[in-house]
Amino acid sequence: MTVTDYNFAYLDERTKKMIRRAILKGVAIPGYQVPFASREMPMPYGWGTGGVQVTAACLEPTDTLKVIDQGADDTTNAVSIRKFFERTAGVAVTTSTEEATIIQTRHRIPEADLSEGQILVYQVPIPEPLRFLEPREPETRRMHALEEYGLMQVKLYEDISRHGHIATTYAYPVMVEDRYVMDPSPIPKFDNPKLSDCAAIQLFGAGREQRIYAIPPYTTVVSLDFEDHPFERGGTGHCCALCGARDSYLDEVITDDAGSRLFVCSDTAFCEARRAAGHVGPGAPAGFGEDAA
Amino acid sequence: MSGALAVLAVEEPLLEVTGLTKRYGGRIGCTDVAFDLWPGEVLGIVGESGSGKTTLLRCLAGELAPEEGRVDYTGGAGTVDVLAMTEPERRRLMRTEWALVHQNPRDGLRLGVSAGANVGERLMAAGWRHYGRIRETAADWLGRVEIDPTRIDERPTAFSGGMQQRLQIARNLVTGPRLVLMDEPTGGLDVSVQARLLDLIRGLVRDLGLSAIVVTHDLAVVRLLADRLVVMKEGRIVESGLTDQVLDDPQHAYTQLLVSSVLRV
Repeated sequence: MTVTDYNFAYLDERTKKMIRRAILKGVAIPGYQVPFASREMPMPYGWGTGGVQVTAACLEPTDTLKVIDQGADDTTNAVSIRKFFERTAGVAVTTSTEEATIIQTRHRIPEADLSEGQILVYQVPIPEPLRFLEPREPETRRMHALEEYGLMQVKLYEDISRHGHIATTYAYPVMVEDRYVMDPSPIPKFDNPKLSDCAAIQLFGAGREQRIYAIPPYTTVVSLDFEDHPFERGGTGHCCALCGARDSYLDEVITDDAGSRLFVCSDTAFCEARRAAGHVGPGAPAGFGEDAA
Repeated sequence: MSGALAVLAVEEPLLEVTGLTKRYGGRIGCTDVAFDLWPGEVLGIVGESGSGKTTLLRCLAGELAPEEGRVDYTGGAGTVDVLAMTEPERRRLMRTEWALVHQNPRDGLRLGVSAGANVGERLMAAGWRHYGRIRETAADWLGRVEIDPTRIDERPTAFSGGMQQRLQIARNLVTGPRLVLMDEPTGGLDVSVQARLLDLIRGLVRDLGLSAIVVTHDLAVVRLLADRLVVMKEGRIVESGLTDQVLDDPQHAYTQLLVSSVLRV
Protein backbone atom coordinates (compact mmCIF):
# COMPACT_ATOMS: atom_id res chain seq x y z
CA MET A 1 0.00 0.00 0.00
CA THR A 2 2.79 2.42 0.91
CA VAL A 3 4.31 4.35 -1.97
CA THR A 4 8.06 3.89 -1.70
CA ASP A 5 9.10 6.62 -4.12
CA TYR A 6 8.32 9.25 -1.51
CA ASN A 7 10.03 10.03 1.76
CA PHE A 8 8.01 9.08 4.85
CA ALA A 9 4.92 11.33 4.97
CA TYR A 10 5.61 12.84 1.52
CA LEU A 11 7.77 15.83 2.53
CA ASP A 12 11.56 15.55 2.55
CA GLU A 13 13.32 15.65 5.90
CA ARG A 14 14.78 19.16 5.46
CA THR A 15 11.35 20.57 4.79
CA LYS A 16 9.93 18.80 7.83
CA LYS A 17 12.76 20.22 9.93
CA MET A 18 11.93 23.71 8.71
CA ILE A 19 8.24 23.22 9.54
CA ARG A 20 9.08 21.78 12.96
CA ARG A 21 11.15 24.86 13.71
CA ALA A 22 8.15 27.04 12.90
CA ILE A 23 5.93 24.83 15.07
CA LEU A 24 8.34 25.05 18.00
CA LYS A 25 8.43 28.81 17.70
CA GLY A 26 4.65 28.90 17.52
CA VAL A 27 4.36 26.78 20.66
CA ALA A 28 6.85 29.05 22.42
CA ILE A 29 4.80 32.17 21.54
CA PRO A 30 1.15 31.08 21.81
CA GLY A 31 -1.07 32.72 19.20
CA TYR A 32 1.79 34.33 17.26
CA GLN A 33 1.75 33.69 13.51
CA VAL A 34 5.10 32.22 12.48
CA PRO A 35 5.98 32.53 8.79
CA PHE A 36 7.20 29.35 7.12
CA ALA A 37 8.20 28.36 3.61
CA SER A 38 5.02 26.56 2.61
CA ARG A 39 5.48 23.92 -0.10
CA GLU A 40 3.36 23.03 -3.07
CA MET A 41 1.34 20.02 -2.07
CA PRO A 42 -0.38 17.55 -4.42
CA MET A 43 -3.75 19.12 -3.67
CA PRO A 44 -5.29 22.52 -4.34
CA TYR A 45 -5.05 25.45 -1.94
CA GLY A 46 -8.12 25.52 0.24
CA TRP A 47 -8.07 21.74 0.68
CA GLY A 48 -5.85 21.88 3.72
CA THR A 49 -2.32 22.24 2.38
CA GLY A 50 -1.22 24.00 5.58
CA GLY A 51 -2.71 21.37 7.83
CA VAL A 52 -1.24 18.56 5.73
CA GLN A 53 2.25 20.04 5.99
CA VAL A 54 1.96 20.41 9.77
CA THR A 55 0.65 16.84 10.06
CA ALA A 56 3.47 15.54 7.84
CA ALA A 57 6.04 17.27 10.02
CA CYS A 58 4.55 15.81 13.21
CA LEU A 59 3.86 12.24 12.02
CA GLU A 60 5.91 9.32 13.27
CA PRO A 61 5.52 5.73 12.02
CA THR A 62 3.90 4.73 15.32
CA ASP A 63 1.22 7.45 15.16
CA THR A 64 -2.47 6.82 14.64
CA LEU A 65 -4.08 9.42 12.41
CA LYS A 66 -7.66 10.67 12.33
CA VAL A 67 -8.85 13.20 9.76
CA ILE A 68 -12.15 15.04 10.03
CA ASP A 69 -13.90 17.56 7.82
CA GLN A 70 -16.73 19.53 9.45
CA GLY A 71 -16.70 16.87 12.16
CA ALA A 72 -17.21 13.96 9.78
CA ASP A 73 -14.70 11.21 9.00
CA ASP A 74 -16.36 10.23 5.74
CA THR A 75 -16.48 13.39 3.61
CA THR A 76 -14.29 13.96 0.55
CA ASN A 77 -11.67 16.16 2.17
CA ALA A 78 -11.23 13.86 5.17
CA VAL A 79 -11.16 10.69 3.11
CA SER A 80 -8.61 11.97 0.62
CA ILE A 81 -6.22 13.39 3.22
CA ARG A 82 -6.47 10.19 5.28
CA LYS A 83 -5.75 8.13 2.16
CA PHE A 84 -2.85 10.43 1.30
CA PHE A 85 -1.10 9.68 4.59
CA GLU A 86 -1.98 5.99 4.45
CA ARG A 87 -0.17 5.83 1.10
CA THR A 88 2.77 8.13 1.82
CA ALA A 89 3.41 7.33 5.50
CA GLY A 90 1.76 3.96 6.03
CA VAL A 91 0.53 5.02 9.47
CA ALA A 92 -2.46 3.48 11.18
CA VAL A 93 -5.69 5.42 10.76
CA THR A 94 -8.78 5.55 12.90
CA THR A 95 -12.08 7.35 13.20
CA SER A 96 -12.02 7.21 17.00
CA THR A 97 -10.99 10.47 18.67
CA GLU A 98 -9.67 8.65 21.75
CA GLU A 99 -7.41 6.27 19.79
CA ALA A 100 -5.86 8.91 17.53
CA THR A 101 -2.53 10.51 18.39
CA ILE A 102 -2.76 13.12 15.63
CA ILE A 103 -6.08 14.54 14.48
CA GLN A 104 -6.19 16.80 11.44
CA THR A 105 -9.37 18.82 11.36
CA ARG A 106 -11.23 21.21 9.16
CA HIS A 107 -13.77 23.51 10.85
CA ARG A 108 -14.45 21.47 14.02
CA ILE A 109 -13.03 20.37 17.34
CA PRO A 110 -14.07 16.78 18.21
CA GLU A 111 -16.77 16.45 20.88
CA ALA A 112 -14.78 13.93 22.95
CA ASP A 113 -12.29 15.49 25.37
CA LEU A 114 -8.76 15.49 24.04
CA SER A 115 -5.98 14.12 26.20
CA GLU A 116 -2.32 14.87 26.83
CA GLY A 117 -0.06 13.58 24.08
CA GLN A 118 -2.60 14.19 21.34
CA ILE A 119 -1.99 16.76 18.60
CA LEU A 120 -4.89 18.59 16.96
CA VAL A 121 -3.96 20.10 13.57
CA TYR A 122 -6.25 22.76 12.10
CA GLN A 123 -6.51 23.69 8.43
CA VAL A 124 -6.55 27.49 8.24
CA PRO A 125 -7.63 29.52 5.20
CA ILE A 126 -6.88 33.02 6.57
CA PRO A 127 -4.69 33.22 9.66
CA GLU A 128 -4.87 37.00 10.10
CA PRO A 129 -7.89 38.01 12.23
CA LEU A 130 -7.41 41.67 11.29
CA ARG A 131 -7.24 41.01 7.54
CA PHE A 132 -10.60 42.41 6.49
CA LEU A 133 -10.32 45.40 8.80
CA GLU A 134 -6.78 46.44 7.95
CA PRO A 135 -5.63 45.32 4.51
CA ARG A 136 -1.96 46.31 4.98
CA GLU A 137 -0.02 43.29 6.21
CA PRO A 138 2.93 45.28 7.66
CA GLU A 139 0.40 47.33 9.61
CA THR A 140 -1.39 44.29 11.05
CA ARG A 141 1.95 42.83 12.10
CA ARG A 142 2.75 46.09 13.87
CA MET A 143 -0.64 46.02 15.56
CA HIS A 144 0.02 42.50 16.85
CA ALA A 145 3.48 43.52 18.01
CA LEU A 146 2.12 46.52 19.91
CA GLU A 147 -1.06 44.80 21.12
CA GLU A 148 -3.27 47.37 19.41
CA TYR A 149 -6.47 45.40 19.23
CA GLY A 150 -9.07 48.16 19.30
CA LEU A 151 -9.79 47.40 15.65
CA MET A 152 -10.82 43.81 16.41
CA GLN A 153 -13.41 45.24 18.77
CA VAL A 154 -14.63 47.51 15.94
CA LYS A 155 -15.68 44.40 14.01
CA LEU A 156 -17.75 43.15 16.95
CA TYR A 157 -19.19 46.67 17.40
CA GLU A 158 -20.31 46.63 13.77
CA ASP A 159 -21.96 43.25 14.30
CA ILE A 160 -24.02 44.53 17.22
CA SER A 161 -24.95 47.82 15.55
CA ARG A 162 -26.16 45.97 12.47
CA HIS A 163 -27.71 42.82 13.93
CA GLY A 164 -28.34 43.63 17.58
CA HIS A 165 -25.96 40.92 18.73
CA ILE A 166 -22.48 39.66 17.85
CA ALA A 167 -23.36 37.92 14.60
CA THR A 168 -19.95 36.33 14.03
CA THR A 169 -20.65 32.62 14.34
CA TYR A 170 -17.45 31.05 13.05
CA ALA A 171 -13.78 32.12 13.02
CA TYR A 172 -14.70 34.01 16.18
CA PRO A 173 -11.61 35.96 17.32
CA VAL A 174 -9.93 34.92 20.55
CA MET A 175 -7.26 36.34 22.87
CA VAL A 176 -4.54 33.80 23.60
CA GLU A 177 -2.82 33.90 26.99
CA ASP A 178 -3.74 37.60 27.34
CA ARG A 179 -1.37 38.59 24.53
CA TYR A 180 -2.16 37.72 20.90
CA VAL A 181 -5.51 37.99 19.15
CA MET A 182 -5.91 34.88 17.02
CA ASP A 183 -8.25 33.55 14.37
CA PRO A 184 -9.16 30.03 15.51
CA SER A 185 -9.77 28.96 11.86
CA PRO A 186 -13.40 28.67 10.76
CA ILE A 187 -14.57 26.50 13.65
CA PRO A 188 -18.07 27.37 14.92
CA LYS A 189 -18.00 29.67 17.95
CA PHE A 190 -19.68 26.74 19.73
CA ASP A 191 -16.21 25.15 19.81
CA ASN A 192 -14.40 28.23 21.11
CA PRO A 193 -14.61 27.29 24.81
CA LYS A 194 -12.86 24.01 23.97
CA LEU A 195 -9.78 25.92 22.76
CA SER A 196 -9.03 27.04 26.28
CA ASP A 197 -7.24 24.88 28.82
CA CYS A 198 -7.11 21.97 26.36
CA ALA A 199 -4.86 19.02 27.25
CA ALA A 200 -3.76 18.45 23.64
CA ILE A 201 -1.37 20.57 21.58
CA GLN A 202 -3.29 22.62 19.00
CA LEU A 203 -1.40 23.51 15.82
CA PHE A 204 -2.71 25.73 13.03
CA GLY A 205 -1.36 25.58 9.48
CA ALA A 206 -2.18 28.02 6.68
CA GLY A 207 -0.57 26.80 3.45
CA ARG A 208 -1.38 29.56 0.99
CA GLU A 209 -0.72 32.27 3.59
CA GLN A 210 2.46 30.51 4.79
CA ARG A 211 1.76 30.84 8.48
CA ILE A 212 1.84 28.41 11.41
CA TYR A 213 0.59 29.18 14.91
CA ALA A 214 -0.10 27.16 18.00
CA ILE A 215 -1.85 26.86 21.32
CA PRO A 216 0.21 24.76 23.74
CA PRO A 217 -1.65 22.54 26.26
CA TYR A 218 -3.47 24.24 29.13
CA THR A 219 -3.33 27.71 27.60
CA THR A 220 -5.96 30.31 28.43
CA VAL A 221 -7.96 31.28 25.37
CA VAL A 222 -10.71 33.89 25.75
CA SER A 223 -13.31 34.81 23.13
CA LEU A 224 -13.50 38.58 22.63
CA ASP A 225 -16.71 40.34 23.57
CA PHE A 226 -18.24 43.44 25.18
CA GLU A 227 -19.14 43.78 28.85
CA ASP A 228 -22.81 44.29 27.95
CA HIS A 229 -22.76 41.77 25.09
CA PRO A 230 -20.83 38.79 26.51
CA PHE A 231 -19.68 35.87 24.38
CA GLU A 232 -22.38 33.24 23.92
CA ARG A 233 -21.63 29.74 22.79
CA GLY A 234 -24.93 29.39 20.93
CA GLY A 235 -26.56 26.19 19.78
CA THR A 236 -29.62 24.98 17.92
CA GLY A 237 -31.73 24.04 20.94
CA HIS A 238 -32.40 20.66 19.32
CA CYS A 239 -31.07 17.20 20.04
CA CYS A 240 -29.43 14.75 17.66
CA ALA A 241 -32.06 12.72 15.78
CA LEU A 242 -29.84 9.65 15.81
CA CYS A 243 -28.17 9.54 19.22
CA GLY A 244 -30.23 12.03 21.20
CA ALA A 245 -27.20 14.10 22.30
CA ARG A 246 -28.12 17.59 23.49
CA ASP A 247 -24.64 18.97 24.18
CA SER A 248 -23.03 18.37 20.78
CA TYR A 249 -22.76 20.60 17.72
CA LEU A 250 -25.54 19.69 15.29
CA ASP A 251 -25.81 19.81 11.51
CA GLU A 252 -29.16 20.69 9.99
CA VAL A 253 -30.06 18.20 7.26
CA ILE A 254 -32.82 18.84 4.72
CA THR A 255 -34.52 15.49 4.16
CA ASP A 256 -37.00 16.22 1.38
CA ASP A 257 -38.29 19.06 -0.77
CA ALA A 258 -41.29 19.69 1.50
CA GLY A 259 -39.36 21.49 4.22
CA SER A 260 -38.66 18.48 6.43
CA ARG A 261 -35.38 18.66 8.27
CA LEU A 262 -33.60 17.06 11.13
CA PHE A 263 -30.56 17.71 13.27
CA VAL A 264 -27.71 15.24 13.61
CA CYS A 265 -24.32 15.39 15.34
CA SER A 266 -21.66 16.95 13.13
CA ASP A 267 -19.05 14.75 14.87
CA THR A 268 -19.83 11.36 13.27
CA ALA A 269 -17.43 9.35 15.45
CA PHE A 270 -19.03 10.80 18.59
CA CYS A 271 -22.53 10.02 17.32
CA GLU A 272 -21.66 6.44 16.35
CA ALA A 273 -20.02 5.74 19.71
CA ARG A 274 -23.14 6.98 21.50
CA ARG A 275 -25.42 4.86 19.37
CA ALA A 276 -23.20 1.84 19.95
CA ALA A 277 -23.57 2.50 23.68
CA GLY A 278 -27.34 2.29 23.32
CA HIS A 279 -28.35 5.95 23.10
CA VAL A 280 -31.30 6.50 20.82
CA GLY A 281 -32.53 9.75 19.37
CA PRO A 282 -36.09 10.83 18.61
CA GLY A 283 -35.72 9.10 15.28
CA ALA A 284 -34.90 9.71 11.68
CA PRO A 285 -36.68 8.61 8.51
CA ALA A 286 -36.20 4.92 7.71
CA GLY A 287 -32.81 4.24 6.18
CA PHE A 288 -31.27 7.61 7.14
CA GLY A 289 -27.72 7.33 8.44
CA GLU A 290 -27.61 3.55 8.08
CA ASP A 291 -24.66 3.52 5.72
CA ALA A 292 -22.72 5.59 8.26
CA ALA A 293 -23.62 3.35 11.19
CA MET B 1 -12.05 84.65 36.53
CA SER B 2 -11.21 80.96 36.59
CA GLY B 3 -9.99 81.32 33.00
CA ALA B 4 -7.58 84.02 34.04
CA LEU B 5 -6.32 81.87 36.90
CA ALA B 6 -5.79 78.96 34.53
CA VAL B 7 -3.73 81.15 32.26
CA LEU B 8 -1.64 82.34 35.19
CA ALA B 9 -1.06 78.76 36.33
CA VAL B 10 0.51 77.84 32.99
CA GLU B 11 4.26 78.03 33.22
CA GLU B 12 5.48 75.68 30.57
CA PRO B 13 4.67 75.51 26.89
CA LEU B 14 2.77 72.41 25.81
CA LEU B 15 5.06 71.88 22.87
CA GLU B 16 8.56 73.22 22.40
CA VAL B 17 10.04 72.67 18.96
CA THR B 18 13.74 73.45 18.51
CA GLY B 19 16.03 73.16 15.50
CA LEU B 20 13.79 70.76 13.57
CA THR B 21 15.36 69.80 10.24
CA LYS B 22 14.15 67.33 7.65
CA ARG B 23 15.96 66.85 4.34
CA TYR B 24 14.86 64.87 1.32
CA GLY B 25 18.26 63.83 0.01
CA GLY B 26 20.01 67.05 -0.92
CA ARG B 27 16.84 69.10 -0.78
CA ILE B 28 15.41 70.75 2.27
CA GLY B 29 11.98 69.76 3.58
CA CYS B 30 12.13 72.12 6.52
CA THR B 31 15.15 73.43 8.36
CA ASP B 32 15.91 74.86 11.77
CA VAL B 33 12.24 75.25 12.66
CA ALA B 34 11.60 76.42 16.21
CA PHE B 35 8.43 77.54 17.95
CA ASP B 36 6.52 77.12 21.19
CA LEU B 37 2.90 76.19 21.58
CA TRP B 38 1.15 77.10 24.82
CA PRO B 39 -1.81 75.26 26.34
CA GLY B 40 -5.11 76.42 24.87
CA GLU B 41 -3.41 78.15 21.96
CA VAL B 42 -4.05 77.68 18.26
CA LEU B 43 -1.02 78.11 16.06
CA GLY B 44 -1.40 78.60 12.34
CA ILE B 45 1.33 77.56 9.94
CA VAL B 46 0.98 79.27 6.57
CA GLY B 47 2.99 79.38 3.41
CA GLU B 48 2.70 78.48 -0.23
CA SER B 49 2.79 74.95 -1.60
CA GLY B 50 6.22 73.37 -1.12
CA SER B 51 7.18 75.68 1.74
CA GLY B 52 7.55 72.74 4.15
CA LYS B 53 4.28 73.11 6.10
CA THR B 54 3.11 69.54 5.68
CA THR B 55 6.63 68.16 6.14
CA LEU B 56 6.76 69.97 9.46
CA LEU B 57 3.38 68.61 10.53
CA ARG B 58 4.28 65.08 9.51
CA CYS B 59 7.52 65.33 11.48
CA LEU B 60 5.54 66.38 14.53
CA ALA B 61 3.05 63.54 14.03
CA GLY B 62 5.85 61.01 13.78
CA GLU B 63 5.11 60.05 10.19
CA LEU B 64 8.49 61.37 9.07
CA ALA B 65 11.76 61.12 10.98
CA PRO B 66 13.61 64.46 11.05
CA GLU B 67 17.41 64.49 10.98
CA GLU B 68 17.86 67.06 13.71
CA GLY B 69 15.94 68.84 16.41
CA ARG B 70 13.78 68.23 19.43
CA VAL B 71 10.04 68.24 20.01
CA ASP B 72 9.47 68.50 23.75
CA TYR B 73 5.91 67.77 24.79
CA THR B 74 4.65 68.42 28.30
CA GLY B 75 1.71 66.12 28.90
CA GLY B 76 0.33 63.64 31.37
CA ALA B 77 3.70 61.92 31.72
CA GLY B 78 5.84 65.04 32.22
CA THR B 79 8.07 66.55 29.56
CA VAL B 80 9.26 64.13 26.87
CA ASP B 81 11.09 64.47 23.58
CA VAL B 82 8.54 63.07 21.14
CA LEU B 83 11.21 62.30 18.56
CA ALA B 84 13.13 60.12 21.01
CA MET B 85 10.05 58.06 21.94
CA THR B 86 9.83 54.38 21.08
CA GLU B 87 7.20 53.47 18.51
CA PRO B 88 4.72 51.97 21.02
CA GLU B 89 4.97 55.10 23.18
CA ARG B 90 4.51 57.38 20.20
CA ARG B 91 1.52 55.45 18.89
CA ARG B 92 -0.05 55.47 22.33
CA LEU B 93 0.45 59.24 22.48
CA MET B 94 -1.11 59.65 19.03
CA ARG B 95 -4.28 57.84 20.07
CA THR B 96 -4.67 59.39 23.52
CA GLU B 97 -3.27 62.89 24.03
CA TRP B 98 -2.67 63.86 20.40
CA ALA B 99 -4.87 63.74 17.36
CA LEU B 100 -4.21 64.19 13.65
CA VAL B 101 -6.87 65.47 11.28
CA HIS B 102 -5.95 64.68 7.69
CA GLN B 103 -6.61 66.98 4.76
CA ASN B 104 -8.51 64.20 2.98
CA PRO B 105 -11.06 62.61 5.34
CA ARG B 106 -10.60 59.34 3.45
CA ASP B 107 -7.08 59.11 4.89
CA GLY B 108 -8.32 59.54 8.41
CA LEU B 109 -11.50 57.45 8.36
CA ARG B 110 -12.26 53.78 7.94
CA LEU B 111 -14.65 53.80 5.03
CA GLY B 112 -15.65 50.16 5.44
CA VAL B 113 -17.28 50.56 8.85
CA SER B 114 -20.12 52.73 10.16
CA ALA B 115 -19.81 56.28 11.48
CA GLY B 116 -20.38 55.04 15.03
CA ALA B 117 -17.56 52.52 14.74
CA ASN B 118 -15.29 55.22 13.31
CA VAL B 119 -15.85 57.39 16.36
CA GLY B 120 -15.78 54.41 18.71
CA GLU B 121 -12.51 52.98 17.42
CA ARG B 122 -10.35 55.35 19.46
CA LEU B 123 -12.39 54.54 22.57
CA MET B 124 -12.02 50.80 21.99
CA ALA B 125 -8.31 51.28 21.35
CA ALA B 126 -8.17 53.06 24.70
CA GLY B 127 -9.67 49.96 26.32
CA TRP B 128 -13.42 50.67 26.37
CA ARG B 129 -15.33 47.38 26.29
CA HIS B 130 -18.92 48.43 27.01
CA TYR B 131 -20.96 48.59 23.81
CA GLY B 132 -23.74 50.75 25.22
CA ARG B 133 -21.39 53.40 26.55
CA ILE B 134 -19.28 53.44 23.38
CA ARG B 135 -22.39 53.94 21.27
CA GLU B 136 -23.77 56.63 23.54
CA THR B 137 -20.50 58.54 23.42
CA ALA B 138 -20.29 58.15 19.65
CA ALA B 139 -23.86 59.47 19.20
CA ASP B 140 -23.09 62.38 21.50
CA TRP B 141 -20.03 63.28 19.43
CA LEU B 142 -21.90 63.03 16.16
CA GLY B 143 -24.34 65.56 17.57
CA ARG B 144 -21.51 67.85 18.64
CA VAL B 145 -20.11 67.95 15.11
CA GLU B 146 -23.60 68.55 13.71
CA ILE B 147 -24.16 65.11 12.19
CA ASP B 148 -27.63 63.70 12.76
CA PRO B 149 -27.09 60.93 15.38
CA THR B 150 -29.70 58.77 13.61
CA ARG B 151 -27.10 58.32 10.86
CA ILE B 152 -24.74 56.57 13.29
CA ASP B 153 -24.97 53.24 11.47
CA GLU B 154 -24.31 54.64 8.00
CA ARG B 155 -20.92 54.33 6.41
CA PRO B 156 -18.84 57.45 5.80
CA THR B 157 -19.12 56.81 2.06
CA ALA B 158 -22.80 57.82 2.36
CA PHE B 159 -21.74 61.22 3.76
CA SER B 160 -20.90 64.42 1.94
CA GLY B 161 -17.34 65.78 1.96
CA GLY B 162 -18.10 68.27 4.71
CA MET B 163 -19.78 65.61 6.85
CA GLN B 164 -16.84 63.26 6.36
CA GLN B 165 -14.49 65.97 7.57
CA ARG B 166 -16.70 66.62 10.62
CA LEU B 167 -16.83 62.88 11.29
CA GLN B 168 -13.05 62.77 11.17
CA ILE B 169 -12.91 65.56 13.71
CA ALA B 170 -15.35 63.74 16.02
CA ARG B 171 -13.29 60.56 15.70
CA ASN B 172 -10.18 62.44 16.72
CA LEU B 173 -11.62 64.45 19.58
CA VAL B 174 -13.64 61.70 21.25
CA THR B 175 -10.84 60.66 23.61
CA GLY B 176 -10.27 64.25 24.72
CA PRO B 177 -6.81 64.93 23.32
CA ARG B 178 -4.76 67.94 24.43
CA LEU B 179 -3.16 68.67 21.09
CA VAL B 180 -4.73 68.44 17.65
CA LEU B 181 -2.68 68.61 14.47
CA MET B 182 -4.73 69.67 11.45
CA ASP B 183 -3.53 69.52 7.87
CA GLU B 184 -5.62 71.81 5.64
CA PRO B 185 -8.84 70.94 7.49
CA THR B 186 -10.98 72.90 5.04
CA GLY B 187 -9.21 71.87 1.86
CA GLY B 188 -11.49 70.72 -0.94
CA LEU B 189 -14.70 72.02 0.65
CA ASP B 190 -16.86 74.73 -0.83
CA VAL B 191 -16.96 78.09 0.95
CA SER B 192 -20.26 77.77 2.81
CA VAL B 193 -19.30 74.34 4.14
CA GLN B 194 -15.87 75.74 5.00
CA ALA B 195 -17.44 78.52 7.01
CA ARG B 196 -19.58 76.12 9.02
CA LEU B 197 -16.65 73.79 9.63
CA LEU B 198 -14.44 76.66 10.79
CA ASP B 199 -17.18 77.82 13.11
CA LEU B 200 -17.44 74.32 14.52
CA ILE B 201 -13.70 73.87 14.97
CA ARG B 202 -13.42 77.26 16.64
CA GLY B 203 -16.24 76.38 19.05
CA LEU B 204 -14.73 72.99 19.91
CA VAL B 205 -11.26 74.39 20.44
CA ARG B 206 -12.61 77.06 22.78
CA ASP B 207 -14.98 74.74 24.66
CA LEU B 208 -12.50 71.93 25.18
CA GLY B 209 -9.49 74.15 25.79
CA LEU B 210 -7.57 72.34 23.07
CA SER B 211 -4.26 73.35 21.68
CA ALA B 212 -4.00 73.01 17.95
CA ILE B 213 -1.56 73.41 15.11
CA VAL B 214 -3.35 74.22 11.87
CA VAL B 215 -1.45 73.96 8.62
CA THR B 216 -3.06 75.79 5.74
CA HIS B 217 -2.40 77.96 2.73
CA ASP B 218 -5.67 79.78 3.30
CA LEU B 219 -5.11 82.99 5.23
CA ALA B 220 -8.83 83.39 5.94
CA VAL B 221 -8.75 80.12 7.86
CA VAL B 222 -5.96 81.23 10.17
CA ARG B 223 -7.53 84.66 10.60
CA LEU B 224 -10.57 82.92 12.08
CA LEU B 225 -8.88 80.10 13.98
CA ALA B 226 -5.35 80.95 14.98
CA ASP B 227 -4.05 82.99 17.89
CA ARG B 228 -0.55 83.09 16.51
CA LEU B 229 0.93 82.62 13.07
CA VAL B 230 4.10 81.16 11.69
CA VAL B 231 4.92 81.96 8.07
CA MET B 232 7.10 79.48 6.22
CA LYS B 233 9.04 79.85 3.02
CA GLU B 234 11.43 77.34 1.49
CA GLY B 235 11.50 75.25 4.63
CA ARG B 236 12.24 78.11 7.03
CA ILE B 237 10.16 80.24 9.34
CA VAL B 238 10.41 83.78 7.98
CA GLU B 239 7.99 85.52 10.29
CA SER B 240 5.93 84.76 13.37
CA GLY B 241 3.67 86.67 15.69
CA LEU B 242 0.07 87.30 16.69
CA THR B 243 -2.31 86.55 13.84
CA ASP B 244 -3.73 90.05 13.47
CA GLN B 245 -0.32 91.60 13.75
CA VAL B 246 1.19 89.40 11.04
CA LEU B 247 -1.75 89.71 8.68
CA ASP B 248 -2.37 93.45 9.15
CA ASP B 249 1.21 94.58 9.38
CA PRO B 250 3.41 92.02 7.66
CA GLN B 251 7.12 92.75 8.04
CA HIS B 252 8.79 90.19 5.79
CA ALA B 253 8.61 90.73 2.06
CA TYR B 254 7.25 87.24 1.50
CA THR B 255 4.47 87.71 4.06
CA GLN B 256 3.57 91.00 2.42
CA LEU B 257 3.33 89.20 -0.91
CA LEU B 258 1.23 86.44 0.65
CA VAL B 259 -1.19 88.86 2.29
CA SER B 260 -1.54 91.01 -0.81
CA SER B 261 -2.19 87.93 -2.96
CA VAL B 262 -5.48 87.13 -1.23
CA LEU B 263 -8.38 87.63 -3.61
CA ARG B 264 -11.11 89.93 -2.43
CA VAL B 265 -14.67 89.64 -3.53
